[in-house]
Amino acid sequence: MNEATQPRRAIESGVPDPFPLMHPLLKKNYGNWKWHDRPQPGVLRHVSHSGDTVWTVKAGTQRQMDVHTIRKLCDIADKYAEGHVRFTVRSNCEFMVGDEAMVEPLIEQLESEGFPVGGTGNSVKMISHTQGWLHCDIPGTDASGVVKSLMDEVYEDFKKEEMPNRVQITTSCCQINCGGQGDIAINVQYIKPPKINHDLVANVCERPAVVARCPVAAIRPAMVDGKPSLEVDEKKCICCGACYPPCPPMQINSDESTRLAIWVGGKHSNARSKPTFHKLVAAGVPNNPPRWPEAAEIVKKILYAYKEDGRPWERMGEWIERIGWPRFFEMTDLAFTRHHIDDWRGARRSLNASAHIHF
Amino acid sequence: MTKKMHDTPLLDELESGPWPSFVTGLKRLANDEGKPYANMMKDLLGQLEHSYETRLGYWKGGTVSVFGYGGGVIPRFSEVAEEYPESKEFHTLRVQPPSGMHYNTDLLRKMCDVWEEHGSGLIALHGQSGDIMFQGCTTENVQKAFDALNDESIGLDMGGAGPALRTSIACVGHARCEHSCYDEVKAHRGIINQFLDEMHRPALPYKFKFKFSGCPNDCSNAIHRSDFAVIGTWRDDMKVDQEEVKAYVKANGRKQVIDQIIAMCPTRALSLNDDDTLDVDNKSCVRCMHCINAMTKALSPGDDRGVSVLMGGKRSLKIGDQMGTVVIPFMKLETDEDYEALIELGETVIDFFAENALEHERVGETIDRIGLANFLEAIGVEPDPNMINHPRTSSYVRTDDWDEEADKWFRRKAEKKGSAEAAE
Repeated sequence: MNEATQPRRAIESGVPDPFPLMHPLLKKNYGNWKWHDRPQPGVLRHVSHSGDTVWTVKAGTQRQMDVHTIRKLCDIADKYAEGHVRFTVRSNCEFMVGDEAMVEPLIEQLESEGFPVGGTGNSVKMISHTQGWLHCDIPGTDASGVVKSLMDEVYEDFKKEEMPNRVQITTSCCQINCGGQGDIAINVQYIKPPKINHDLVANVCERPAVVARCPVAAIRPAMVDGKPSLEVDEKKCICCGACYPPCPPMQINSDESTRLAIWVGGKHSNARSKPTFHKLVAAGVPNNPPRWPEAAEIVKKILYAYKEDGRPWERMGEWIERIGWPRFFEMTDLAFTRHHIDDWRGARRSLNASAHIHF
Repeated sequence: MTKKMHDTPLLDELESGPWPSFVTGLKRLANDEGKPYANMMKDLLGQLEHSYETRLGYWKGGTVSVFGYGGGVIPRFSEVAEEYPESKEFHTLRVQPPSGMHYNTDLLRKMCDVWEEHGSGLIALHGQSGDIMFQGCTTENVQKAFDALNDESIGLDMGGAGPALRTSIACVGHARCEHSCYDEVKAHRGIINQFLDEMHRPALPYKFKFKFSGCPNDCSNAIHRSDFAVIGTWRDDMKVDQEEVKAYVKANGRKQVIDQIIAMCPTRALSLNDDDTLDVDNKSCVRCMHCINAMTKALSPGDDRGVSVLMGGKRSLKIGDQMGTVVIPFMKLETDEDYEALIELGETVIDFFAENALEHERVGETIDRIGLANFLEAIGVEPDPNMINHPRTSSYVRTDDWDEEADKWFRRKAEKKGSAEAAE
């Protein structure tokens, strides 16, 4: 091979240095901030020990952005924010300004370009989500569409700070739950075992690896129609879909199988209580594109019960901890069933081993 | 040649409503006549509409990478390419974001230009691990797109995928937060850039994630979402500005301060004095951050700062959800040597993971399988009561070497006392 056709060698530069990219006021006061407050929803004010003040205006985005949208954000940043932005883990775009007089015009411009300003303090945050039908190879539902539908519904609560505390909603398109823990989570929950295309298994799947992947040892090697394949003990199968990624011929997604489940009370922060996992409250919810109205109805019911009854600073899970699960199911009109009672390993820790009863 | 748009009645419904619409963005790209990606995006919309009709996904994986790297590209081939041929290859490049996700518009515009030339024009900011996701690229263009993004004029590098070190994130931290207890950028870049080989050439038993949060508010969701969570904290007394406490009480009333701050302290470490100053029992405080979050002017972390390291967080596959648990209760993070020590700890754990985890096992599952005490011994960390909620409740344990183990504890205590006295 002559030199001209040699592929280019990568520069293994790793994590980019943020300092050349950082807003000058943030760079100047790096590690020297003193306090902050929120003058209005969507706006943070940080004051440094040096006496500098920076205002941050937070705007929601659709996360999956076309280049025109990104360039529009750039135009706004060039005009108001000295050409710098930062993104949050929940895909909001933050604009920093050193001059308070810029805050209102910046908000007006963002809103007029269709970027809602909010997501600070005790608001409903932008939903963290995954790829779904747009790009994932194992999705049971879409991600961006569910999020767009839900954010349309809770739009006003993104823009205001009227919740007892922040509400972080997440969605996931399969039970792997890439969307993560949330105060409310809307996740795919399968209800049928995988349907196996026995013609393809031997060629596509590394069978021992698939057998090893099953959490309940329900998969075993088998000869089907003279071909090496796999079979599922459907009595044992918990329909989690874990076999599908390593073995796509074990199709888990279908109209009969793919439903949504709603979970509540997940929390990452250590404030007050320790971090917690979200808990199942509803399942069997239809996977109903393009706007998933049944899931949105339940989410709103939970959200507004919490808004009404939660005390200041209580996160969703802390509110339920106080009022008790019986009252939660009462207030949200959701059914409590045998499926809410955990039977996975460690399940006894979730049972009530006391005479503490809510009446 | 101009290709016709597919009818997308279901997706069209996602163009109404106040929240920014990704469908409108996809259509803008599909309508960019003359751009290399316009037809690809028309067929992508067609395939997505087909998914909305049938409620099924139509992407399958494969093998696509760039020269010299084994990971970082998520290959996507369409299973319905006959109907939607232009988007038959729609790969994603996972690219590492700047630490803290700071950008200037020059960098963002250059990213857009590259993706307009070589990709689909669709960029997700950001994926759940923190990657900039350049979504939608033909197999042929993957190398060209990477070469452009990786050029010195842009300076981006590929992220992680598969059984490898994954892309990491840090919270905003020092850059704009008064709670931040260490230099997140230094820790994030120091660790990840040390282990790039593990990211770019996947050879671990399974994925391994680091995440960095500057304080226990854990804005990067590290405790649950990473194998190695670095959480800022402090071990001396929190700082109290009593004049600001009084001002807060005056502005908000005693009832609110008692109900919303004093009574919500998880370890009953706070008390409001009769003169409206605050009494803090720092020995009982667990650094949960609640009162500091509420009274940002009056309260702040102490000066003796560092990190707690929690390990083993993960989602459900295969044994169920796990939070990371404390492995290093406190480690000073101030000098260059301190940061070196953190990197060394990372290396020790990665080496242990590489050699001892089963295939497709996260380090949290390995710890679960062998027991935390054995894991601690393997990585050379002494047991500490901060690692547990409470001691074991089961008597099924063999304790013939109890006295030797207790001796270790007393020896460590004596050494600690000795070095403290020597320091004085």
